[in-house]
Amino acid sequence: MSEAATPHAPLESDPEGYAPSVAKRLAFYQRAGGIITPFLTAVFAFLMGGIVVGATGHNPLRVYKAIFEGAGLNWFLHFGSYHVDIPFTNHHIWFWWDTSTNHTAAYNLTQTLLTTTPLILTGLAVAFAFRCGLFNIGGQGQYMMGAIVGVYVGSRFVALAHVTHILFAIVAAALAGALWGAIAGFLKATVGAHEVITTIMLNWVAYWGGSYLLGRDGPLQNHVDKSIPISDDIAQKAHLPAIWGNPALQALHAGIFFALAALFVFYLVLNRTTLGYEVRAVGFNPEAARYGGISVGRNFVVAMAISGLFAGLAGGIDILGWQFRLGVLDVQVSNIGFIGIAVALLGRNTAVGVGFAALLFGGLLTGTSTRSLDPQIFPPQLAGNLALMIQALVLLFVGADLLIVYIWQARRKLHLPRKVPA
Amino acid sequence: MSTMDFASRLWSRWPLETVIARGGVGLGLFAFVVALPPFRADMPWVPVLVGLIAIAAGVWVMSRGLRRPGWTAIGFGIVGIVLGLLATRANQGNLNQVVVWSALLSATLVWATPLTFAAIGGMFSERSGVVNIGLEGMMLCGAFFAALGADKFGHWWMGVLTAAVAGAGFAAVHAFMAIQLRADQIVSGTAINFLALGVTGYFFIDIYGENGTPGNLPRIPEVNVGFLGSVFGHLNLMIWVSFALLILAHVTLFRTPIGLRIRSVGEHPRAADTVGISVYGTRYAAVILSGMLAALGGAYLSIGYLGSFSENMTAGRGFIALAAVIFGNWRPFGAFAAALLFGGSTALSFRLQQPWPAPSVLFQALPYVLTLIAVAGVIGRSVPPASAGRPYVKQ
Repeated sequence: MSEAATPHAPLESDPEGYAPSVAKRLAFYQRAGGIITPFLTAVFAFLMGGIVVGATGHNPLRVYKAIFEGAGLNWFLHFGSYHVDIPFTNHHIWFWWDTSTNHTAAYNLTQTLLTTTPLILTGLAVAFAFRCGLFNIGGQGQYMMGAIVGVYVGSRFVALAHVTHILFAIVAAALAGALWGAIAGFLKATVGAHEVITTIMLNWVAYWGGSYLLGRDGPLQNHVDKSIPISDDIAQKAHLPAIWGNPALQALHAGIFFALAALFVFYLVLNRTTLGYEVRAVGFNPEAARYGGISVGRNFVVAMAISGLFAGLAGGIDILGWQFRLGVLDVQVSNIGFIGIAVALLGRNTAVGVGFAALLFGGLLTGTSTRSLDPQIFPPQLAGNLALMIQALVLLFVGADLLIVYIWQARRKLHLPRKVPA
Repeated sequence: MSTMDFASRLWSRWPLETVIARGGVGLGLFAFVVALPPFRADMPWVPVLVGLIAIAAGVWVMSRGLRRPGWTAIGFGIVGIVLGLLATRANQGNLNQVVVWSALLSATLVWATPLTFAAIGGMFSERSGVVNIGLEGMMLCGAFFAALGADKFGHWWMGVLTAAVAGAGFAAVHAFMAIQLRADQIVSGTAINFLALGVTGYFFIDIYGENGTPGNLPRIPEVNVGFLGSVFGHLNLMIWVSFALLILAHVTLFRTPIGLRIRSVGEHPRAADTVGISVYGTRYAAVILSGMLAALGGAYLSIGYLGSFSENMTAGRGFIALAAVIFGNWRPFGAFAAALLFGGSTALSFRLQQPWPAPSVLFQALPYVLTLIAVAGVIGRSVPPASAGRPYVKQ
């Protein structure tokens, strides 16, 4: 026990043994400024994806360039002297870039931002629960509930005024998502059912529930053609206003402001309110939080409800912004909520990180879509699967942060004399 | 004395409460069945009466302090009454069309088999302390590589072998992440699911393109045993293998040192480590085994049942298998019973499609709803292995 007196003793008797402890990992992130690991993660994932592309006889550089252009990110590279119309007025101001969506680059960029909008929200849905120590993989189900309620309110209640209708639909969608999330939080708080299991099950209940509601003879199926499993169109006045581009060709809609506001709200609630403090305290250490007088169970429910709120909002906004209707096929192929997991993890569960990660994945999804990718260079069917692979690799590498720490330490060990084991 | 001894042992194994509770479950099922073709009780009071007896049995068991069996019997009684009443009010012609027992039974076995493979695999992984959300992905990759292997090497057994190797490969990635790197097992499992989706989709398009897998893929053969009748006489080889696997898994897990090691590593890894069991080695083996078994389930889907592969063809079956592990309380026979129940609901849903399209979809949600109820603890909690999901650090 004499070693206890030496300064290195706490590290040597560390129950984590030879592997770096959580504290060491955190210290590493601090050194790296919190940016390097996610950045390396993304770079590695794209590299590995490139290897697969190269191995199957395509030029990875040309493919990635095509995806970059498909995402419309090359738009930022063309400086000039243009002007931009101020929305809802006849005025315009000088602007650096050409905003006319007649050009492919600008059009593709609107599509990227359109995809980024729900990704920000589903990313926040996962991130918020994470900060409370919960793994919400139910973003997909919560998103779907939001979309279903959004399409229901949007296509019915046509007597409401323009803004009221939109707000009612969005609030109802967000609350539906919140309810779906809160179920998992409630089960965790009361009977201790693991939120991963319950949210997976709730995802599939939403999947089949949506397929029933919108499917043949379902209660929400359209009134026009009973052979098509799709909902009624939402009322014209329930559409979110377009802010960039031609609404007939799927323009960027005002929903992106909701997403950006949500990033801000996420930051404020977590870092500047009592609620956020309690949520983070439970996330750090539930036992200590309980000892400090915080109701852990209540925070589980609240955190999952807020998570679901974000995801449900994403669903509602997608319906009111550009989908305008929901079909069984949409319910069954959508995976926006699942991509939110990768967004949150790559963004390290912070508001800024989620924003940038959502843009990255929004660009990747748009750039690999049939609509934007140049099929001469790379078949879009392959590219869609490449996007899935890159997403998976990001998740793998995010999970493998220890690997990077190992490499980091191995590098340092080369320069340091080996310590004599005590 | 020895007779008394034997009787008391039997009594402790089959106490009256358990027998009554199981009888209640049976009566609950019968409340539904009595309204179906062979019996065709079209008076509503028949299923209600049978169901009420089941509920009464459940209440009595509850009053003796056994919550889980009691609730199960009550639940089956209620569901039996509801379904029975629906059946008495249904159109007899449609009912005859839907309820063809032999067809339903063989479809149940068909849909339960991939679930059984993946669920038993998942059970081994979770019993060793590694949560395997990636079952879906491993199953999908098994389905694809079975088709690829069978096509390229020209033998169905090469397809099965390729599938097993590929499943083991994906599982090895999960194991490395979860065990060696102590990554979050849910993140890593989710990554496996996406990776399988991407890899199988990419190579499927790259190799087979628009045309899909060739129509003459070598198939896993049927076992023709004529005297077993129309249902069991012509089952696919993999279905028989799944029965064998079930018994093997039960014996291995509860009657051999290997099973004891797997369970101890999942319950209390430090204690297991202290007595010299390799925690990492055992966990690696269990996770890789789970990947192989899930891949065999996928292989049955592609080259056993359908004879082709299509993108994302498992469509959530891996998650139903996960549900079966939980619903079956992390036991082989429990998981198998859950797989039969869930496979049966899929089979019924497909048969319901013609006369009643809308409710048939809801049957597909049944496994997930039942699992939610099971983990919510209404019918007594499902309790996972103590260390499932917790990485272990050697000292």
